[in-house]
Amino acid sequence: MTNTTDPGGDVRLTGIAKTYGAFTAVHPLDLTVPQGSFFALLGASGCGKTTTLRMIAGLEEPSAGTVFLGDQDVTALPPYKRPVNTVFQSYALFPHLDIFENVAFGLRRRGLKSVKKQVEEMLELVQLGEQARKKPHQLSGGQQQRVAVARALINHPKVLLLDEPLGALDLKLRRQMQLELKRIQTEVGITFIHVTHDQEEAMTMADTVAVMNGGRVEQLGTPADLYENPRTTFVANFLGTSNFIEAEVDSQGGEDIVLKAGGGKLVLPEARCSAPASTGGKVLVGVRPEKISLTHADDAGEIPEGRNRITGRIADSSFIGVSTQYVVDSPVCSDFEVYAQNIDRDPRLVPGAEVVLHWNPAHTFGLDAAQSVFAGTEGSAGVEEAA
Amino acid sequence: MPFVNWLKRNLVVLAGLFTLAYLLLPNIIVTVFSFNKPKGRFNYEWQQFSLDAWKDPCGVSDLCGSLSVSLQIAFWATLGATLLGALIAFALVRYRFRARGAVNSLIFLPMAMPEVVMAASLLTLFLNMGAQLGFWTILIAHIMFCLSFVVTAVKARVMSMDPKLEEAARDLYAGPFQTFVRVTLPIAAPGIAAGALLAFALSFDDFIITNFNAGSTVTFPMFVWGSAQRGTPVQINVIGTAMFVVAVLFVLVSMAVGNRRSRQKA
Amino acid sequence: MSTLTEAPPPLAPDAPGPKPPRRRGRLTPYWLLLPGILWLLVFFALPMIYQASTSVQTGSLEEGYEVTWHFATYWDALSAYWPQFVRSVLYAGTATVLCLLLGYPLAYLIAFRAGRWRNLIMILVIAPFFTSFLIRTLAWKTILADGGPVVGALNSLHVLDVTSWLGLTAGDRVLATPLAVICGLTYNFLPFMILPLYTSLERIDGRLHEAAGDLYARPWTTFRKVTFPLSMPGVVSGTLLTFIPAAGDYVNADLLGSTDTRMVGNVIQTQFLRVLDYPTAAALSFILMAAILLMVTFYIRRSGTEDLV
Repeated sequence: MTNTTDPGGDVRLTGIAKTYGAFTAVHPLDLTVPQGSFFALLGASGCGKTTTLRMIAGLEEPSAGTVFLGDQDVTALPPYKRPVNTVFQSYALFPHLDIFENVAFGLRRRGLKSVKKQVEEMLELVQLGEQARKKPHQLSGGQQQRVAVARALINHPKVLLLDEPLGALDLKLRRQMQLELKRIQTEVGITFIHVTHDQEEAMTMADTVAVMNGGRVEQLGTPADLYENPRTTFVANFLGTSNFIEAEVDSQGGEDIVLKAGGGKLVLPEARCSAPASTGGKVLVGVRPEKISLTHADDAGEIPEGRNRITGRIADSSFIGVSTQYVVDSPVCSDFEVYAQNIDRDPRLVPGAEVVLHWNPAHTFGLDAAQSVFAGTEGSAGVEEAA
Repeated sequence: MPFVNWLKRNLVVLAGLFTLAYLLLPNIIVTVFSFNKPKGRFNYEWQQFSLDAWKDPCGVSDLCGSLSVSLQIAFWATLGATLLGALIAFALVRYRFRARGAVNSLIFLPMAMPEVVMAASLLTLFLNMGAQLGFWTILIAHIMFCLSFVVTAVKARVMSMDPKLEEAARDLYAGPFQTFVRVTLPIAAPGIAAGALLAFALSFDDFIITNFNAGSTVTFPMFVWGSAQRGTPVQINVIGTAMFVVAVLFVLVSMAVGNRRSRQKA
Repeated sequence: MSTLTEAPPPLAPDAPGPKPPRRRGRLTPYWLLLPGILWLLVFFALPMIYQASTSVQTGSLEEGYEVTWHFATYWDALSAYWPQFVRSVLYAGTATVLCLLLGYPLAYLIAFRAGRWRNLIMILVIAPFFTSFLIRTLAWKTILADGGPVVGALNSLHVLDVTSWLGLTAGDRVLATPLAVICGLTYNFLPFMILPLYTSLERIDGRLHEAAGDLYARPWTTFRKVTFPLSMPGVVSGTLLTFIPAAGDYVNADLLGSTDTRMVGNVIQTQFLRVLDYPTAAALSFILMAAILLMVTFYIRRSGTEDLV
């Protein structure tokens, strides 16, 4: 981060870890969140993301390591002395205080006498000026969420921590609040660290996403980078859906690796292979369902040269409006998923039809074959320790 | 047979109302007999209607004195038991510590002990220490047996309180003391109030433990006990009826206030 | 941009790694507990020890008492007062069963059938508490008076014939008989049964009744298979809250009974406050305490609800 003028807002974690008896919630972890960024910690429940957040807030004592805010070591500071505020999961609004007093709470605790103007401005920012004298339980979920944000932001923290802030809202409201939070963050320019288990939420809102699994950061990058270049099957499965083919390295030359899978050959750009590839070695070939085209076997001749192709038979298809999702049974991979846009639907593509799947080799990514292809899928998310 | 069917369906209601009648019958008798003008020393048989006792509730010597003693003891016992009990409840819910099981048993045992056992053993202690029986020994005993009930009431409330609220307060620059005063205490208040009310009722109405440890001090229940041997003045019924009415009014008013508040909120 | 460097290997538990920096508030719970627990230790636990010690002392009021480990006091007390012990258990047990039989319908009524009357009935259950229980117990002297309407009705229905045969009443009288004492005990401790029952019934989801009905259970079967088992915690704590104080009570036996209905509470009270035979009184009280604790422990084990507190 070279373009910031003031490094005072960087959050730096060095070797931070948390253990409860024999259980390790967070393995020693180094992480820097640059000032002004919208940073997301993404992972299934129990992956250590909330513990990490709570250690930044001071609500949890790290077992090892240090927390820096800018140049200041805040590891030993109690939460009420840290210039950091939290938007809690389920908001934790004080039920005995009205909205105004909830928002004014932090200012009053710091000894400010005249808080009226600030609180009113803040309530305007989150469009709750009318509700100032209501009690939290009289507001809707979305309004409560905005109060929680206002209550934290009014203190002008160096960092705002958000612990699954949208988890309790229904889908439509959640979309709306995602945009709203993003707007507020851009407006106030404060560092946001956002914990979520919802990959879509993380990708929509954050500049940088850290995917956590089993108490470690599995991969860190921009949303597009994580999606296009996952380095582990966990990331590939947790962010969207991926198809995997186990393949053997046939030859390496230039910028591409040529692989053997079943009877056919597949091409993988060397730059997109995160596994060490040596001739004869195994590699997991991955490709996203939406990158794949589906052609009926009768028209196989019309497929352009240079595309990766495999054959199979449609096992199942479901029409979901904007696209049709096919499950294709192929010799190299059962349950191959393909999402086809509903532009020109081929009436022959029904379950039982023989098809050819083909895609641009540039969309292929390669992973180390020595890991479960199911890591990060729904059945196993979050339970396995990263090896 | 529609009647049999109706009876079948409402049997539980009829049985419940019978129990309610059983519970309230003595109170009705107490009220009715507060207007009696008995012939002898005892007020057990109806003679004739009279307002004498209501006009002069303190007309019997020592009666209002004992009432005042009881009220004083109940007040201080409530204060003491609520303070000590609330602290224990907070410690039990909010902290992990050794000897938790022992503390829980020590809280539970006084509630699982017949009063007469506690009364007798406490008297043994006071006799051994050569303590002067009276106001102070009664107060000590009352705080002791009210304590557990307060702990239970407050604990239930604090347990249902989201610990995130306290974390939020600490996150918003409230130190431990501020967090307690601004957040924990106000939210726990209904539980503390319930515990205090219970303590007051228990202390005010206690007879067995008081009887053992009172020395020559006479509380209101002890006055009633004594009068059951010597002769029951009608004024006892007046006081009993008045307490019943005040209690019902108190509950009705507090419920009305609560209702109005929740209607405003809605 | 953000950096992620290779994390060092986890520290071995005994490696000289950085210590947790904060140890604030380790003592806070003890400070909170201290005053109350001290109070209970000095005025509840310590007296028990004094009592135990008194029960094995010999001597007289004039010459003073001395610990002589005279356990015979226990034997003497038991052999002299076993009828009162048996009576206490019988009366308290009967009163507890009656409380359950009377209290359950009312608790059920409040929980499921009262509708908008719920609060009013609750108040009517609790409000009598605020009239001194001694005054209310004395009222039973009027209700059960010889030749009064209640006794007259019981007589004409031949109920008294049955109770006489059972030894609960004598002739045309109810007052000064075991029946009067049991009636008073039942009355006095009924709210302690109703409130826990109501609490556990109220927690039962009303839809469970509908589900049971939907699955072909008749109302009685629904009650037996769904409602009653789910209300067990209330039944257990209700019976304990009724039985324990009833077994140690001496007020009802004194006000409504006669010398033939004396319970162990009466004996302890008389020995302590009139006869001033402290060792016997202490031994009796100790036996009562031990008996009740044993029964309670056994009962809680059997009913499988150990988390009553």
